[in-house]
Amino acid sequence: MRWAVITFPGSCDNHDVFDSLKSDLGQQVKFLWHKEELKGNFDCIVLPGGFSYGDYLRCGAMAKFSPIMETVSRFASDGGPVVGICNGFQILAEAGLLPGALIRNRTLHYLCQDVYLRTESNASPFTRKIPHGKVLKMPIGHGEGCYYADAKTLSRLEVEGRIAFRYCDSKGNLDEESNPNGSLKSIAGVLNERGNVLGLMPHPDRCAEAILGNEDGRALFESVISR
Amino acid sequence: MSEPLMQEPSVDLDLAQAHGLTPEEFEKVRAILGRTPTFTELGIFSVMWSEHCSYKSSRIHLKRFPTTGPQVLQGPGENAGAIDIGGGLAAIFKMESHNHPSYVEPYQGAATGVGGILRDIFTMGARPIASLNSLRFGSPEHPRTKYLVGGVVGGIAGYGNCIGIPTVGGEVMFHPGYNGNILVNVMNLGIAHAGRIFRGQARGPGNTVFYVGSRTGRDGIHGASLLASASFEADSEAKRPTVQVGDPFAEKLLLEACLELMKTDSIIGIQDMGAAGLTSSSVEMAGRGGTGIDLDLDRVPVREERMTPYEMMLSESQERMLVVVRRGTEEKVREIFRKWDLEGVAVGEVTSTGHLSVKFRGKRVADIPVKPIAEGAPILKRPMERPVREDSDSRLDLSRIKDVANPGKALKGLLASLNLCSREWIYRQYDHMVRSNTIVRPGSDAAVIRIKGSQHALALTTDCNSRYCYLDPRAGARIAVAEASRNLACSGAVAQALTDCLNFGNPERPEVMWQFSECVDGIAEACQSLEIPVIGGNVSFYNETEGKGIYPTPTIGMVGIIEDARSAMQCHFAREGDLVVLVGTLGEELGGSEYLSQVHQLEAGAVPQLDLAREEAVQYACIDAITESLVASAHDCSEGGIAVALAESCFHPQGGLGAEVKLPAGKRLDALLFGESQSRILLSLQKANLPKLEKICQERDAPFTVLGTVGGNRLKISVGQDAEINATVAELRKPWSEAFPTWMV
Repeated sequence: MRWAVITFPGSCDNHDVFDSLKSDLGQQVKFLWHKEELKGNFDCIVLPGGFSYGDYLRCGAMAKFSPIMETVSRFASDGGPVVGICNGFQILAEAGLLPGALIRNRTLHYLCQDVYLRTESNASPFTRKIPHGKVLKMPIGHGEGCYYADAKTLSRLEVEGRIAFRYCDSKGNLDEESNPNGSLKSIAGVLNERGNVLGLMPHPDRCAEAILGNEDGRALFESVISR
Repeated sequence: MSEPLMQEPSVDLDLAQAHGLTPEEFEKVRAILGRTPTFTELGIFSVMWSEHCSYKSSRIHLKRFPTTGPQVLQGPGENAGAIDIGGGLAAIFKMESHNHPSYVEPYQGAATGVGGILRDIFTMGARPIASLNSLRFGSPEHPRTKYLVGGVVGGIAGYGNCIGIPTVGGEVMFHPGYNGNILVNVMNLGIAHAGRIFRGQARGPGNTVFYVGSRTGRDGIHGASLLASASFEADSEAKRPTVQVGDPFAEKLLLEACLELMKTDSIIGIQDMGAAGLTSSSVEMAGRGGTGIDLDLDRVPVREERMTPYEMMLSESQERMLVVVRRGTEEKVREIFRKWDLEGVAVGEVTSTGHLSVKFRGKRVADIPVKPIAEGAPILKRPMERPVREDSDSRLDLSRIKDVANPGKALKGLLASLNLCSREWIYRQYDHMVRSNTIVRPGSDAAVIRIKGSQHALALTTDCNSRYCYLDPRAGARIAVAEASRNLACSGAVAQALTDCLNFGNPERPEVMWQFSECVDGIAEACQSLEIPVIGGNVSFYNETEGKGIYPTPTIGMVGIIEDARSAMQCHFAREGDLVVLVGTLGEELGGSEYLSQVHQLEAGAVPQLDLAREEAVQYACIDAITESLVASAHDCSEGGIAVALAESCFHPQGGLGAEVKLPAGKRLDALLFGESQSRILLSLQKANLPKLEKICQERDAPFTVLGTVGGNRLKISVGQDAEINATVAELRKPWSEAFPTWMV
């Protein structure tokens, strides 16, 4: 498969995604600079983590104006799979490609740690190979990862099966202690209406290799690859 | 020479002294120039000859460090040191202090400390991949301490996280001696191609001098001379304007743009505009290149109006670099910096005059011969004197101190103390995983990062016990080196080289200079014996407020190589039924211990003995055992002694396992359990591997003892026939993990 990893000024995890896909999963991967047009054929686009434009304003608020975002929108509306990880999720939310917003963590601190996720939906290219209810361990690294949406949006997400992942304990139970940032409904990842755009705060790109002691992140990429 | 600008004050001895120059130094300046300096020139001399930039008090001592070895690609004298790590790669690393600014303005002070050390690394052509920090704060009860901790940790996190470089390790200690002067020492390591290391030199007259990065403002003027090179008085907060403000996003762009430029053949030399900004970068680059530089200040990008040449030359605005590029490649340089939305402006030219010549509005405002200012800085042989209190403090009459009555309670107390409790509250705020290289995360003896495209991993640590250095500076410094190296050994790494950050009080006091000299000798002795060269570092004097100096704190930052990244070791018990083995001997030295300080409020006694041959034997036995995949955990016994080391070994982040161990009865229970004898490592391993470990220890001539077994949910430590400590892991872990967040609330 041909993957595009978009590099915004301030992207930090673009190399993490690139290396996971290329070295660990043997994929064709290309970096795309945010000022470029989306040239060439790609099967999947990744918006990586980082601090686009320094995120001095709301996270992702500047990046949504990057020239490349227009073509990302087009690619998504044509049904192409797009995943935003961490800052990538924040950008997709700001750009209106995903519902809701990511606000400051409940503790007001940046948090870098492992969390557990329960897979809530496999109606997306990113989760179709992950059994419903499967618990994955992944690292997070963010200061603004508390998922927020109004009650109506939340219930729609719930009804339409668009909550992709929720924070849970190691056994898959939902409780406030396992919710690191205070996200409403423990939401860690959401899908768009069509299910082809995913945003998630945890980093599958930081846990796709044995040497890192955790390969749970592979499941997400492998789902797309096996399509 | 044209007249100085109208608004510039006329230069005389009073003004020179206000700039921190002595009358003798002012005379020397006049002799070098053959006239009275202009105001701009006075500014240039004052920063270049400041303690911070010139190392005038320390230079004669630093010569005693061993700095060579087959692995050393770059020793002291450049922006950072470099070692060969195999596979055509180099590790480039350095540690630096940002103490004074961090006390005055903790968030920005610490943040710009990180920014500064990063530039020192990527200016050499390396991509920075790991940061560490060594922090010292005042007493937990001091009203300012919490504010400083929150600000410093926030600043390090804010800068490091945003620029996407993981903060993987470090240390933090609290002591009333740092109430008025905290220490913020930051270290960074980057990876470069061994054949593509860039240096800060201006060669080839006619080549173009580029200014790249952020614009110049009025921030940080005299940061190096007035802030970093003088003691604090009561009004230290009034110095806030001398602290710079960091912009990690700008630095991220600068980093990527510089690395992109380094792939071309344009660069002749490149240097960070750090302390003393445009002045030190141009003087040092011309100095190393044996050339001169013409600068045209009208072309310098500024962000404030009506800036004077004096201000431009002395500004310490962040995220700027000076680059000398091959003539004819200017357009390529501009193009790269345009891509990253950064300033990239030709501001001058390399010359053969040997002078730094600075023009502003068509007039020459400074014309200084480079060699005398770069190399002619005064070298001081400051008087030294051993303090009398050394005699009394080094004596400790244990017969007057009651032995511990309730060891379990004492252990819980130590684990709940801010000096020994879990640091998770801090490192959770640092992104320690970005770039996906971190194999051993914060919380073990050393952090381990793998090197992509190589089988190897690197282990990194920082270390210093300043209480030891106060009681006996030479022995304390020896131990700092030995312990850093031991921490690396516990991860399976062989130490390769170190960088140091020598934090001391006012060098004008003979007692402080004596401490400094002793510490230098202690480091040198340990380095020689353990064959670890010093490849760079930093000296921070004047850590003193209203006449009260800090404890001598020669922080050691050390890097080691693990041949096979997959064998990298962590410090927690990992398997039921494993044996617990002590490599080294039990020892019962209580002098200078954390236990004495916390339980008896005593900072006294002889610091633990260190036999460097024994140390080496113990470390290599541990490394061999890890390399041969015999062990499941390795943990150094240090502050808090063997009892604390055993408890920490039980605190595996996923779950945690207890242990049952037996120690032979000694003279005193407190010394046995909490004494800090050196050269000791706790290993856990399967019983079947014991014969192989025995053989290794025999070959290495390292003593070892089987202490007990891993398993269950209790830590039980018996001494002789009596169970002295018997507690559940959960009950020990609770105070240990809750102490920091509870205190910070």
